[in-house]
This record gives sequence, C-alpha cells and structure tokens, in this order.
Amino acid sequence: MSLEKVIKVSGRGVFVPGADIDTDRIIPARFMKCVTFDGLGEFAFYDVRFDPSGNRTNHPLNDARFQGASILLAGMNFGCGSSREHAPQSLRKYGFNAVIAESFAEIFNGNCTTLAMPCVVASADDVAILRAAIEADPQIEITIDLEKLLVTTSAGHEIPVTMPDSARDSLTAGRWDPIQELLDNNAKIEERAKALGYVA
Amino acid sequence: MGKSLFQKVWDSHSVGTLADGRTQLFIGTHLIHEVTSPQAFGMLRDLGLKVKYPSRTFATVDHIVPTINQDAPQDPLAAEMMQALQKNCDDFGVTYFDLRSGKQGIVHVVGPEQGITQPGTTIACGDSHTATHGAFGAIAFGIGTTQVRDVLATQTMALEPLKVRRIEVTGDLRPGVYAKDVILHIIRLLGAKGGIGYAYEYAGDLFDRMSMEERMTVCNMSIEGGARCGYVNPDAKTIAYLSGRPYVDMSDFDATALRWLSFASDADAHYDDIVRINASDIEPTVTWGISPDHGVAISENIPDPAHASSEIDKQSIEEALAYMKLPAGTPIKGVKIDVAFLGSCTNGRLSDFREAAKYLKGHHVAAGVQAIAVPGSQIVAIQCEKEGLDQVFRDAGFEWRAAGCSMCLAMNPDKLVGDQLCASSSNRNFKGRQGSSTGRTVLMSPVMVVAAAVKGYVADAREVFGMD
Repeated sequence: MSLEKVIKVSGRGVFVPGADIDTDRIIPARFMKCVTFDGLGEFAFYDVRFDPSGNRTNHPLNDARFQGASILLAGMNFGCGSSREHAPQSLRKYGFNAVIAESFAEIFNGNCTTLAMPCVVASADDVAILRAAIEADPQIEITIDLEKLLVTTSAGHEIPVTMPDSARDSLTAGRWDPIQELLDNNAKIEERAKALGYVA
Repeated sequence: MGKSLFQKVWDSHSVGTLADGRTQLFIGTHLIHEVTSPQAFGMLRDLGLKVKYPSRTFATVDHIVPTINQDAPQDPLAAEMMQALQKNCDDFGVTYFDLRSGKQGIVHVVGPEQGITQPGTTIACGDSHTATHGAFGAIAFGIGTTQVRDVLATQTMALEPLKVRRIEVTGDLRPGVYAKDVILHIIRLLGAKGGIGYAYEYAGDLFDRMSMEERMTVCNMSIEGGARCGYVNPDAKTIAYLSGRPYVDMSDFDATALRWLSFASDADAHYDDIVRINASDIEPTVTWGISPDHGVAISENIPDPAHASSEIDKQSIEEALAYMKLPAGTPIKGVKIDVAFLGSCTNGRLSDFREAAKYLKGHHVAAGVQAIAVPGSQIVAIQCEKEGLDQVFRDAGFEWRAAGCSMCLAMNPDKLVGDQLCASSSNRNFKGRQGSSTGRTVLMSPVMVVAAAVKGYVADAREVFGMD
C-alpha cells in the first residue's frame, strides 16, 4: 500500500481559543449517530459556531477573514476527552490539514496521525505569536515542515515545533496508516497469541 | 530492578517493533459497541478482511439505546446503528450481548460482569473509558475507529509505550467520602492533562481495601486526568470477583489465579513518577466548571478569577463560570439543580445503587427536580430489582430506567433541556455533554447525587443524611 508522504503542510491559519478543548466540543455526540464518516465536516465545532436558535456566533470559524483556513491553531490539551475519531474526521472534512497547539491529548493525536493530519506542538509564546500574526494579516501562509520540525510563515516567522518521533516518521515516510504492516506480521501475531495461552 | 504490571503486560503482548518505532501490541480482548465500530467494519469490507480472532471480540449496544422501551428507538438513526451492529456481528461471527440476551449494558460494565475482563491482559475498545478494566490489572486502552479496524483485522495495534506514575493513597476515607471523590480529587490535583504520556497505577492501602466496583470507578476516570490507562494490581479480591463468572475458565482455576497474580507490580518496580496522597485529606468533591479538573470540596467556594495564579488560569475560570452561570467566589453548596442523573460506566453498578438507596430511603426528590436512575446493565437492573432498590428509587420520585449510557453523553432521548443544571454521577462536565448546547453538569458521587436530588441543590450528603 503506497501512501502519500506528508512532509510539508501549507495553508492559512485560524486560532480557536481556550485550553482543554474536548472532542465533544469538536463534534457533539448527537452527530455521531451515523454509520459512515461522510458529512461530518459541516458539524465541526457546531455548538460553538451556532447558538441554540441556529444563529452564527462570533466563533473564529465563522469569521469571514479566516474562511478557507486549513491549519488550526489551539491551546493546551487540545482534543481531550472522548476517543471518538469522528472529531479528527470532522476537522479533516471541514478542511483542516494540520493542527498546531500547545499540547494534545494522546488519543486524538494518534487518531489525527492515522488520517495523515499532523499535530505539532509549539510553545505557548509561539502560539501567541502566530495568533497575533494571523490576526494582523489573515492571508499569511503558514508552512509546517515535518522534516525540519519548523513552522514558517510568509511574514518571516520561524518557529520550532515538536511531535512524537513515530508520528513524524510515519507521516514523512508515507506509512501513517499502519494496517498493511500490521497484517504483514501475521505469523508473529499468531505466535504471540499462542504464547499468551488465553487467546486460542 | 523489578517491573511494574504495565511493563509486564506490555512485554508479554509485544509482537514486535514497527518501522516508525512504535510497538505492535497484541490485544487480548476487543470490546465493541454501536457508535465507533460501524465505520471500522466498513473499512474491513472495503479491504476484503475478516475479523482475526472473532472469539476475542465482544459486542454490546449502549450509547444510543433508549432507557424507556430499549428495543424500540423512535430515532431512525439509532435504529439503523443497532441494526448495523447486529449485521456486523452476524457477518463476522462476533459474540453480541444484544437487548434480548439479558446481558446487555454499558460495555465497561458488561466486560467485568461476564468475566471477560481479566488480569494481565490487554483490552481495547473504541471508547475512552476503557481504562475501567484496569481495575482488574488489565492494560486497557480507548482507541479511535481506524484502530478498531486494526484490532478487528489483526488483533494488534500500533502504540507508543507509556511511562508509569504510581499514585499512592494511604489511610482511611472519612465518612461520606467515596471512590468517586478519590478520583475527582486526584484529577483536581494533577490536572486534566497531568496524565498525558502516563499509565496510572493506583496503589496504597486505600485501593487494597476498595471493592472491585470502587476500583472500577477510579480507573474509569483515568482519561479525565489525561492518562490513557489506569490500573490497580490484582489481588485476592480480583480473584474472588472473577471466580465462577461465565467467561472464566474454572478448569484449573488455582493455576489461572496464580498466573494472574504474577502480573502485579514487583516491590522494586521502576516508576517514572510517584505521587502520594493522604486519604483523610479527601472531602466529598464536586465540579464547578467545564473540565473534570474543575473540582472543589463541597465545603469550598467556586474559584474567583481575581485570585487566579496566571492569566491563562484566569481566562479559563472566566470562560467556565460564564458557561456555568455561577457567581465567582461563592459556595458550591446551594447551587440549584434541575436534574439528577444516577448511572454511567463510572457509577452505574450494583454497589452504587445500593449505597445511594441506603440514604435515599424515606426521602423524596425535591419539587421541580427530574431524577433518573439508569442501571449500567440488564444484570445490574435485575440485581437491583431483586433487592427492591428500584422501589426505593421510585418511592422517592426517581424514574427507574433500563440499562444504557443514557444522560452521560445523551446520544439517546435522555437529554438536558436548555441550560438545565444536572447533578450527575457520570464522568464529564464538558460544555454540551449532556445533550443541550447550554446544559450544565456538576459531577459527584452517587450519594451526593441523591442528596442533591432530595434538596434540589448541590448539598453535602454528610449533612443531609447525618453521616458521621
């Protein structure tokens, strides 16, 4: 199975404020009543983008200046809570290709990687700098270079970022979906199952 | 240097190292439910794959099940999901504890009840509260749907090893303080992201004395502290609980029990971090905000952003108080409630209903409060009904419902309306969690839920019921 190598991701950014943004916030549970992931994009951040009467709020994703942004900027512990893959699926289908945050919850981070959507960590100060930069000029282009672990912007910023080595490797080498490699180890899987004793 | 239980289980289930450096980990038991599995079965079909070990895969239906007329959802989407699970289990040969089995319930209640959850094993489920099974000395992970596909197809998944933090709680709990308070206290102390990168080992004489159900309550909320899994070392209580359960092989049980016990952490095990807590410092704990680490003791005040330790902290408190519509710096005790919810994978087991009923008996739910009690499984429901607990709840003005996740995440008809405030024995107080985008949740123990239901406001159960 040959997968796309994700080495650089570029696009305009949008900042979603707040720490501990959970996956219920990203995709409310009622939108998980589905047997496919199709169509989840329109429900991303639904309950903070719309008030209870269905009117648009002043959420950044509703801000005309940030329409078409494909890089999400966020604070600490982004994606915490429920393990629902519906959350990264909805962000992906909404149009995001990467997330830069101060930190990520683990299950969310892994789910994103498996969808070829890199999650990179920047310091709080650097996230604030990027936020200010896109506020000043929403058109600036942000580029995440996974090989150099560097975020650059068309306005001249150079910001170091981090990510787990395994996520970086799987994205840049084009093996972010591990299924084929897992399947290829079938003999070893069966050997392990036998050794465990409780499986057969 | 000895090994922790985490290390022993990890090593014994490791299939090898993958090209990206992660471990291919064998998953002994795979639990599935209707919400996060249909897409995974879809992917299997697209790839032309089978379920590798159908006998190690167990399904039940919990998230979208109505708690009134369980088998007749009015919502066509819920009906479609229930049918899809049935078809997927039929097509792929997976055991399904369906509504007619008498064994249906919340997946994290069913696994232990059936004896499927066993020490020294790895467990995965497309649900972040899978850490519950760690109460038995299993290493249990919540996973995404693509990983559900991986486990269905190969009985393995790709994973980074975790560090281990030992959380030692010693001494006795004071009257009116429960396992739920212990985990809310731990999360308050270490934060909602404090556990990222860690497995939590809950140790110390407090956990030794806890029942299996209390241990499940604690392990259940590991993810609310950021830890992907949490566990308690197996002991005589673990063995006694599992003995004779349907999926426990009793043919050479003494040998099995010895093998299970051998997974317990060695006395000289290496830990990446150790935290020590005195049990007597823990008070009945409730949340005031929109993250599970927004906790206070019932005797304390709601925080005031003016006294926040940092600008970030200040903004976070302000955001939470604006959503919760609560005044800064005032007592949490006395906050008016609209709904009381008793149930969930955190606190929906027999001992939870027994303890709550013990104090509820002879009292009545306050006027204007809707109170619902939702057993965690059909078996829990029957056990409660045999003991007459359902009648205690009904007599007190609670609605006694059928088993499911219910108002913990409100994927079924049990939802808050508008900005109703719910005293809840569940695990998450996120914005909109209980089914209304402006609904409000205050997390607490089951006994505190019935105290709040009786008073109509967040109350100290010790005062309401004269516990000392």
